Amino acid sequence: MNKKNIDSIIELSNELRWQIGDDFHDSLTESIYADASEIVKDTVQSDTSNKRFRLDAKIDKIVTSKAFGFPIMFLVLGVVLWITIVGANYPSSLLANVLLDTIHPALKNGAASINMPWWLSGFLIDGVYLAVAWVVAVMLPPMAIFFPMFTLLEDFGYLPRVAFNLDALFKKSGAHGKQALTMSMGFGCNAAGVVATRIIDSPRERLIAIITNNFSLCNGRWPTQILIATIFIGAVVPESLSSVASLLAVIGIAVLGMAFMFTVSWALSKTVLKGEVSTFNLELPPYRPPRFWKTIYTSLIDRTLIVLWRAVVFAAPAGAVIWLISNIYIGNETIAAWAIDSMDGFGFLLGLNGVILLAYIVAIPANEIVIPTILMLTVLVTGTSGGAGAGVMFELDSMNATGDLLRAGGWTLLTAINLMLFSLLHNPCSTTIYTIYKETKSLKWTVFASIMPVILGFVVTFLVAQIWRLIF
Amino acid sequence: METKIKSACETCAHFNAEGLKKLGIHTDDFDFVVALAGNPNTGKSTVFNALTGLRQHTGNWPGKTVTRAEGGFEYNTQKFKLVDLPGTYSLLSTSEDEEAARDFILFGKPNVTVIVADANRLERNLNLVLQILEITDKAVLCLNLMDEAKRNHISIDERTLARDLGIPVVPTSARFNKGIPELIQTISDIANGTIVCKPHRIKSVPDNIDRAVKKLTMEIEKEFPSIPNSRWIAFRLLEGDTQIINALKSGELV
Repeated sequence: MNKKNIDSIIELSNELRWQIGDDFHDSLTESIYADASEIVKDTVQSDTSNKRFRLDAKIDKIVTSKAFGFPIMFLVLGVVLWITIVGANYPSSLLANVLLDTIHPALKNGAASINMPWWLSGFLIDGVYLAVAWVVAVMLPPMAIFFPMFTLLEDFGYLPRVAFNLDALFKKSGAHGKQALTMSMGFGCNAAGVVATRIIDSPRERLIAIITNNFSLCNGRWPTQILIATIFIGAVVPESLSSVASLLAVIGIAVLGMAFMFTVSWALSKTVLKGEVSTFNLELPPYRPPRFWKTIYTSLIDRTLIVLWRAVVFAAPAGAVIWLISNIYIGNETIAAWAIDSMDGFGFLLGLNGVILLAYIVAIPANEIVIPTILMLTVLVTGTSGGAGAGVMFELDSMNATGDLLRAGGWTLLTAINLMLFSLLHNPCSTTIYTIYKETKSLKWTVFASIMPVILGFVVTFLVAQIWRLIF
Repeated sequence: METKIKSACETCAHFNAEGLKKLGIHTDDFDFVVALAGNPNTGKSTVFNALTGLRQHTGNWPGKTVTRAEGGFEYNTQKFKLVDLPGTYSLLSTSEDEEAARDFILFGKPNVTVIVADANRLERNLNLVLQILEITDKAVLCLNLMDEAKRNHISIDERTLARDLGIPVVPTSARFNKGIPELIQTISDIANGTIVCKPHRIKSVPDNIDRAVKKLTMEIEKEFPSIPNSRWIAFRLLEGDTQIINALKSGELV
């Protein structure tokens, strides 16, 4: 290879570029299209009375229309959540029965019969095992129902229509319309949503999409929302309406998350991330009837079990930590009691309590274990452990028992509402934070994306608590 | 003495896929690299899954695959590594996904490039196909979603298409695993040189541009006699693509 020759090639290309003029790119593109159309003319025959395209167009006309687009979106979301809420109850209590009421005592007896020291059986069975069992009992049923339904919608081709509907709103917020797709992915998992922002070309709009993805409720948080709404929101209305009320509460939180996404996107695009909105082509793919059983199978294997496995992996050490901090004493008090006491004042200001704040610190690795952690810590501070010992979870066989326990821990409707708000508005889990760093390669934006939602959460819960206490 | 005459099906190379072993993600040492390119939403990931036995997440929306997925399969004791590229409509602009796809075909020098196209939207898909055929001459067109095309009453003359494009054309319905054995056989044939492609090169170029391209192509071929895509490089140089200019200088293209 001769460097001089290459330089002369490049020189020649510069010279020729001047000769052929500016329209080279367009001419080349035109030539490609001309060739393509000629090839197609000889090889493709299509029946012009094409019924299926027309059916697709008809469906699109309705689901993307100004009048019906949004109502249909909320209806679809509502139906999916409704089935999840109603359907998850039964398997949840069944799992709790087996894992907590049957296996746990059996393990304890087994440990006692082989004279295992109390601290070892406490650490392993009351700490690690119980946390894992709780995660499985609380998380598995809603996920196993929610994910397959979401995947069916995705395979059917509904997501691009959602993107189409939301495009105008995103544009008004100074963000990219494709953010609607990454937002939808975030409803599954924020880390996945952050990776999906690669479909956005402009770095400015991509950064906005990354920072605000956390406002999509992820699968680690849906069960928290559903559980708390069912226990507390459902309880303030007559029983016949309780599922509807909890459903509306969960949808309300999800929509609020979207509102925060638009507002924060808008604020960012008006301040630190100023710039023009870029245009893009969004293809509405044909509707495809999903392969039902295959979709159910793969979404169970790929999404549900993987997410569950992740929760278990994080829950096991968290359970150990919880057991340790509630059994190691500094002076007269355990570490956990000391931490909860010191955060209770701040928690009260936010309409929360020290237990919840400590739980969110313990649960930074995974949102999935927030509720189990709260329950374990509540048992610890209220002492309603049924003689099982410090840091051991109560045997809860139903949602009512969970509700009773939380009320014993001083929970009110305000605590529940603010927990739902804080679950929406707090730092991303550690996996997502790491993913944000990998995608932005910027420490500054990673820190911003992690801290900003927590501060928002503090502000919002504080305001709600103050207004609530003024009124009631 | 009677020998049992085998049926036409049994003697056909496509008949039994017993030489096939799906390797999933275990692609440590491989004999060939296969790239999977195509427009968004043509079912590339589904084809990828059908070939590798992996369950790369698929979804009915454009831009599903943003990370480059890799997997593999073994066919007749040869190992093939498969790389699923992000879906793009073109290779002429400079967005991140288009660059990723182009760079892999250009610098990764795959032994075979499988171009997945939607049989329902062939004309639009050919835009990318024709661009890829300027870069590489070892390609096969996987005409996917044939089941939908049939429902839409679209029929495609695959032989004429293959002749026009100068590469093999394999109709598939990857969701139902149809046509996948034939696709594997064709990939293997191209990789082993049993099938030699004479890819279509863009024709309808205006005369003044064509002259410039020819002149430049000749110079490039003089310097790099074995380069398969001299004409495409000429296109890029005329466009002033700095990345290609640098690659030419550093010798990465050879």
